[in-house]
Amino acid sequence: MAVMTYREALNLALREELTRDPNVFVIGEEVGLYEGAYKVTQGLLKEFGPKRIVDTPIAESGFTGVGIGAAMVGLRPVVEMMTFNFALLALDQIVNSAAKLHYMSGGQYNVPLVIRGPGGPAHQLAAQHSQSMEVYFYHVPGLKVVRPSTPMDAKGLLKAAIRDDNPVIFIESETLYNVKGEVPEDPDFVIPLGQAVVRREGTDVTVVAYMGMMYRAMEAAEELAKDGISVEIVDPRSLQPLDTATIIGSVRKTHRAVVVEAGAGFAGMGSEIATEITEEAFDDLDAPVLRVTGAQAPMPYARNLERAKTPTKEKIADAIRRVCYANGSR
Amino acid sequence: MTLDKARLVQMLRTMILIREFDERAIQLRLAGKIYGTVHPYVGQEAVAVGVSAQLSVTDRVTSTHRGHGHCIAKGADIRRMMAELFGRVDGYCKGKGGSMHIADFAVGMLGANGIVGGGLPIACGAALAGQLEGKGAVTVCFFGDGAAAEGEFHESLNIASLWKLPIVFVCENNQYAANNPVGVQHPRVDIAAHAAPYDMPGVGVDGNDVLAVHAATADAVTRARRGDGPSLLECKTYRWHFHAMRAARPPETRPAEEIASWKAGDPIARLEQHMVGRALLSPDELRAIRDRVGAELDEAVAFAEASPFPDPKDLMADMFAR
Repeated sequence: MAVMTYREALNLALREELTRDPNVFVIGEEVGLYEGAYKVTQGLLKEFGPKRIVDTPIAESGFTGVGIGAAMVGLRPVVEMMTFNFALLALDQIVNSAAKLHYMSGGQYNVPLVIRGPGGPAHQLAAQHSQSMEVYFYHVPGLKVVRPSTPMDAKGLLKAAIRDDNPVIFIESETLYNVKGEVPEDPDFVIPLGQAVVRREGTDVTVVAYMGMMYRAMEAAEELAKDGISVEIVDPRSLQPLDTATIIGSVRKTHRAVVVEAGAGFAGMGSEIATEITEEAFDDLDAPVLRVTGAQAPMPYARNLERAKTPTKEKIADAIRRVCYANGSR
Repeated sequence: MTLDKARLVQMLRTMILIREFDERAIQLRLAGKIYGTVHPYVGQEAVAVGVSAQLSVTDRVTSTHRGHGHCIAKGADIRRMMAELFGRVDGYCKGKGGSMHIADFAVGMLGANGIVGGGLPIACGAALAGQLEGKGAVTVCFFGDGAAAEGEFHESLNIASLWKLPIVFVCENNQYAANNPVGVQHPRVDIAAHAAPYDMPGVGVDGNDVLAVHAATADAVTRARRGDGPSLLECKTYRWHFHAMRAARPPETRPAEEIASWKAGDPIARLEQHMVGRALLSPDELRAIRDRVGAELDEAVAFAEASPFPDPKDLMADMFAR
């Protein structure tokens, strides 16, 4: 194990996979000379050269399509979105080609493609640069969607995504790039897609949360422990495929659940997970599943409004108390 | 380069096959034998055939919603194409793709594409792979005049020229983007002129003259194989039929004189005349070609009809690789 930042863990994963497989290459805006808008590709151009680390024009649809075409004929591109907000410009390529080509061609073409970059709420970047993008992708049959919360997950899941023969949407976070954690140095360390992890064990309530929301839920759990509420936190890590077995298993133990997501709640991941729990474990529930989500509004700029828009530790703690019928009573 | 008889016969045969395939598809659609939508390529045969005659099986093509001609010219099996139109399990896509998504990995046909302009960046990706492979593979990107108004057209020309990709952009200007004339969609109807700002050769070609298309493609493919980068060919042609049909032929909205004048320049008749003029085609030989095409189509239809529908149990098959 080595202690490194989330950014460094991603960089290491890329370096290891570029070394392991000559078909892997990185392509995107400023990934080479400038070493990435968030420095995830630092040092890679120098080490692997311009045929493996490819700077593109500002043309998201164009270079995403380039990735798809290259993947169809045998390469394994890692496409960087400077931020995932810009992936909307490539949505047709992602939805209508990457996601569907394997199925639509009767299994003739594989699209082993990773599209990665930061998404989700950031710090005062406002409406167009600070939004949860996963919802646009996990609804689409044929895509896998990953949201890695820790440096270890960032490395292990990115390597699994690169080795996967399908298109994988891999959304990081500006707010996590500097988070430090232990990361295995073993180049064969991968975390299979579709496996949730229990971040904290507890007995009274299951909280499902990922990325920044997972860290806020952990803080809320610490606080509630003082009140005698034992919170279990499940981090799904992959949203598609979603490890419902781990989530349901936890709920069968705690009998209560809160789902947290940073994005707007309507028809979001919280809705999906709440439905899965209701369908699979209704008889195990002692209370309705609650969601804590972002407000149904674009991300505002002002710091206080940004805080009002986003789930906070306090909002999460309040929902946990309510689902435990402990609101005001303890 | 003067083409010999064998090559010309092959090109003529393929053009006739493309035309008769789509004429048959229209009849089968009207008869309710096939479903979905059909975008006939009739009238544009010289483009697919003239271009593809310069390619080998290791070269790659991307196609459009009007893609049957490109598939046939690149060497796809018409029996499996027909089975796909019938939605049968022996179709190229096991009945899951239909007319607008036919692909054939074995001959480098990367797929028709139902999204206008969608194939352009994908073709650039295949060309990038070809460049990295270093074996001289070229990618041809077929698209229509309508796609030249899409952002992806401009993104792709820019990227391809910047990286000197081994690609040939072939615009089939059939005078209509869906149902509106090209003149109401572009301030200046000169698609080839878009090449200059992207620093690549742009050539306008008589797209109903298969020999002219063939010659222009030779220059572009040679340039691409040499590593000198992309070219843009604008092949001016005309679709004889409607944009798309479902249960019935849509009403014709184009001027009758316009249709008649383009039909007078029938690309198949022009090649036949060229061959007759060089004493390379007798009426008997032409009849034999047409009979053979008809028999192949009968066989393809029989193959499609005999193929089962996909098993509903396989709905989720091929969702993910491995």
